[in-house]
Amino acid sequence: MKFARRAFIVVWKDLLIEGRSKETLNALFFFSLLLIFLFQFALGPDHERLAAALPGLLWLGFILSALLGLGRTFVLERDNDCWDGLRLAPGDKSAIYLGKLAGNLLLMLVVEITLLGLFATLFNVDVGRALPALALVIGLGTIGLAAVGTLFAAMTAHLRARELLFPVLLLPIQVPVLLATVKATEAALLGEPLGSVAHWLKLLAAADVIYVAIGVLTFDFILEG
Amino acid sequence: MTADPIVRVTGLRKSFGATLVLDGISFDVRAGEAVALLGANGAGKTTLLKILSTLWRPTRGMATVAGFDCAREPERVRERIGLVAHGSLVYDDLTALENLRFWSVLGGGRAGDGALREALAAVELEPYAGDRVRSFSAGMKQRLSLARVLLAHPEVLLLDEPMAGLDQRGRKWLEEHLQAFKAGGGAILMVTHSFGQGLSVADRVVILAGGRIALDAPRASLPPDELARLYALHTEEAP
Repeated sequence: MKFARRAFIVVWKDLLIEGRSKETLNALFFFSLLLIFLFQFALGPDHERLAAALPGLLWLGFILSALLGLGRTFVLERDNDCWDGLRLAPGDKSAIYLGKLAGNLLLMLVVEITLLGLFATLFNVDVGRALPALALVIGLGTIGLAAVGTLFAAMTAHLRARELLFPVLLLPIQVPVLLATVKATEAALLGEPLGSVAHWLKLLAAADVIYVAIGVLTFDFILEG
Repeated sequence: MTADPIVRVTGLRKSFGATLVLDGISFDVRAGEAVALLGANGAGKTTLLKILSTLWRPTRGMATVAGFDCAREPERVRERIGLVAHGSLVYDDLTALENLRFWSVLGGGRAGDGALREALAAVELEPYAGDRVRSFSAGMKQRLSLARVLLAHPEVLLLDEPMAGLDQRGRKWLEEHLQAFKAGGGAILMVTHSFGQGLSVADRVVILAGGRIALDAPRASLPPDELARLYALHTEEAP
């Protein structure tokens, strides 16, 4: 119970601060808009090309905005030495990791829902029927992305070259998640049953479990530096 | 002063590469005692505090709090210490009350709104409970930092330049609070660069110079002029 309260207070704090400063959300929304307009400009009105490229473009948008957002996860902890405060707080540090992860998940989902809405509107794609399947795929993919991203954001928070190192570390680890999400998203958008991509979904679920478990088990060492 | 030492530092060494910052420091702090740690810049004061607060590990030697090794049992030590450092460890975009709530819950406490407001009232910040810390002065942040620490009921207070940023009234206020903490059986280790600040709280004065203890004496045995002379002698700095 105490563990859950500690994790919850981290989410509460992060979302409250983001709600007031809106630093990350504003940047992400602007970035998402820019991406959509670039894609629209590059692909034009050709519906066939668009249908083939949409799953990849969607996840490209998700991962680029995630790189921006996740990289900032621990930036606010450097102000006033709050990082030291997190270290000095007695108790299991994995509660802090899970709190940060939950906060990141919520922020990423808000941005992803917005991106999906913009894609559907501007590219005239009907995602209504595919929504339940898309929700599952996006949910699983986002957990994997956020789990590793939160961990690597902590690892690189104090490095001078963190903006460079963060994507260099994160992207190779994300290859299985990205492959699985793009394939499953393609199937969902084409209206195919998710059973046809069950192996990709299993891979996604397994990656999520492994990534979250690694985060929980190693966060204490990373926080202690 | 017959209580057992609550802080014990034995043969403590800390080096960063080839630079030796602490060179075999040994001293104790007892419950109900306040020790002022003086020294010039780079004398190793903050390094010592970081080791005692479990943020850094010593290269050699041992530091214990309530019998627990700071390097091997940091969690047990963290349950017993409160650190007020250069950084206030508060979030600028949270209000004073929200900051206390966050650190209290994260530390495993269950302080309700009433207790949090009491803690704010104790540091004279209750009227600003709903104000964001971003609008606070350095002194107000320092007081909030102290409220955050005292809320956890530590046995040992580790203070790094606690008087910095405080005006005369703030200093007097802090001295009174530290006296009260001491009277309640708490131990205080207070690092200061300026020997004129906060010394009225101290029972002992320790001067660090070149990574070693140059002087460890009861404050009462040192008249201000003599302390100033010894400080200048050991730190080669005008007091």
